[in-house]
Amino acid sequence: MPSEKMTGAQAVIRALELEEVDWIFGMPGGTILPIYDALFASEKLKHVLIRHEQVGGHAAEGYAHATGKVGVCMGTSGPGSTNLVTPIADAYMDSVPLVVITANVATSLIGSDAFQEADITGITMPVTKHNYLVTEPGDIPRVMKEAFHLARTGRPGPVHVDIPKDVLNLTLDFEYPSEVRIPGYMPRLKEEPKVAEAATLIRSATRPVIYLGGGVRTGNAFAEVFEFCELVGAPVVTTLHGKGAFPETHPSCLGMFGMHGSRYANYTVQGADLLIALGARFDDRVTGKLSTFAPEAKIVHLDIDPAEISKLVTATVPLVGDVKELLPKLGAAVRKAFDERGRPDLAPWWKKISDWREKHPLRIRQEGEKYILPQTAVHRIWQKCDGRAIVTTGVGEHQMWAAQFWKVSKPREFITSGGLGTMGVCLPFAIGIQLARPDALVVGIDGDGSFQMTLQDLATAVEHELPIKIFVLNNLFLGMVRQWQELFYDRRFSETPLADLPDLVKLAEAYKCLGLRARTLEELDPVIDQALAHQGGPCIVDIRVKRQEKVYPMVPAGAPLNDMIGGE
Amino acid sequence: MVEKIEQLPSGNIHTLSLLVENKPAVLQRIAGLFARRGYNIESLAVGPTERPEYSRMTVVVRLTQRPVEQAIRQLQKLIPVIEVKELSPNDKIERELVLIKIKTPEKNHAELRAIADTYEAQIVDVSPDALMIEATGTAAKLDALEERLAVFGITELCRSGAIALERGFKTLAPPHLKEG
Repeated sequence: MPSEKMTGAQAVIRALELEEVDWIFGMPGGTILPIYDALFASEKLKHVLIRHEQVGGHAAEGYAHATGKVGVCMGTSGPGSTNLVTPIADAYMDSVPLVVITANVATSLIGSDAFQEADITGITMPVTKHNYLVTEPGDIPRVMKEAFHLARTGRPGPVHVDIPKDVLNLTLDFEYPSEVRIPGYMPRLKEEPKVAEAATLIRSATRPVIYLGGGVRTGNAFAEVFEFCELVGAPVVTTLHGKGAFPETHPSCLGMFGMHGSRYANYTVQGADLLIALGARFDDRVTGKLSTFAPEAKIVHLDIDPAEISKLVTATVPLVGDVKELLPKLGAAVRKAFDERGRPDLAPWWKKISDWREKHPLRIRQEGEKYILPQTAVHRIWQKCDGRAIVTTGVGEHQMWAAQFWKVSKPREFITSGGLGTMGVCLPFAIGIQLARPDALVVGIDGDGSFQMTLQDLATAVEHELPIKIFVLNNLFLGMVRQWQELFYDRRFSETPLADLPDLVKLAEAYKCLGLRARTLEELDPVIDQALAHQGGPCIVDIRVKRQEKVYPMVPAGAPLNDMIGGE
Repeated sequence: MVEKIEQLPSGNIHTLSLLVENKPAVLQRIAGLFARRGYNIESLAVGPTERPEYSRMTVVVRLTQRPVEQAIRQLQKLIPVIEVKELSPNDKIERELVLIKIKTPEKNHAELRAIADTYEAQIVDVSPDALMIEATGTAAKLDALEERLAVFGITELCRSGAIALERGFKTLAPPHLKEG
């Protein structure tokens, strides 16, 4: 490619075009104006004007979650950039590929406490995979190339590029590098993964469990995982981000385990003699008290990030590598071991699991109940969507009810904030998902507390005529916090009732959305039908649910995984 | 019962040698990683290497909970970090520099010179009522010198933190950087 003279801002836009970005989520401001001016001339890039940079960041995450591609968002200097810190941290915790572009005050002003100045690279350093402060315009093509490469390869994550305004205005010779050379990011020679050793363990286990995490999704390894799970024939449990990594309607799948997992899934993990962890990181929300976690289990841990191996739980056999590449090799070794020495007899183990599953199912006790139970609402929406929706959630009780009762059969169809637990992501995620997958049915299960954190961006959804459906499970509480107060703080509901919630139907109408409400069980089904049939723009459904309902079962923080309360 | 959590006796000291890109804010990244992951830095010394595009850092850390392998893996994740290695006590040369100022009348200077000679230290500044001693060596040797000088009253002291290299022909650079 011959080099071409252009400004730094034009170079940013050209790089985004060359990376085949389609949507950019952002908001202009004084400092980033050169980029917006260059964007004005681009015929390839489409921009979503969001009403708050945080939403732009989360929408880019939703886009990335739904497609596996890199999400892109932009903000101006100072508050524009600090508003992006939450989505950056969220993406970092959940390994979401993101390129975040901010402008900064001119280099001559940096460090002078200038108007709308923030040391944003200093601020985002601990929550990015990597970040750049670009001080030479000639560096822009290389930095953009590296940013996309870092965001999407290895363990994906957010990469932040901050460019001072004068650098955006200076001229450079644009030549986009064809490859990336980062000395500290090249594969290091490590010992071969001990696949045979892992296969031996799997061959000898009589109570194995396969534990799937978000790494299956980021590694696009669904087919490989399915084949492996079928081969081993062990029960499959997932984390919140593992939902959809294996069809939850499959008889081998026990669904989510952990703090709000089912009793049978947790009992199964605790009773295992072998855990095969694939793309998972033993987060405290799934392990419960670490010293009592799966006490008799040996661990085969496959992860692309060597730093996750034995970080919290010591792996008996560590397998560092890409799950998509490495798992078929492990599968082949297991098949060989089975052929040579026969399959282990898992029948007694399955018998035990079936008993647990029968004795402690996830129940909805709607019968005889005057109010709509939130679990009923989730279950009915799921039924009416016929499993053909991409669901996203906010963070709170509603998220856990969705995780428990929304059975996901396909990858990238359950999209939520796990590691950081960011309230308010439902609407932004839905915006990003719907733009990425215009033909998909996008359903949000939100809470009244979570919804109120980002609702101004209904305007964005309306502007782009996105037919997203947000079901607000409204209990007029910061529900999850109230649940903890009820269980662990002697029912002292300090500042958790959300009094004076706006009328969500009128609010929807004020934003030019369809607003619906269900107060009784009789109203629930028709309202869901009406929402699902609505086209041409967003629909907000206010579902008044039983205020006192809690998420059960529950492992109290710091308790062993099988020491669960409720949900009997 | 498989023991899954590794407990370390408190106060394990490790010397880590890092080869990093010589770019702005790299020190901040590394120091920040230690801080937020709960690793205690005893000393950190940094300077350019024989190749100006790289710097070498010597970090002495005290680990109380997590194995040193975890710290190494976290450091290796940082993009500007090219290589990290723990230097084993038997396989490294470790040195530190100290400057010590002592406010003392001239009559004591002869005795201080003798002490300095014992520790192969230099007197680098002399005035009628003070002198400054420079010494290099292992942390233990400098501790001993400090203790010996304490009776004269140490006015000011500055230590560099340890720098260290592996013995023999080995180098830290990974294979893909060694050619050329």
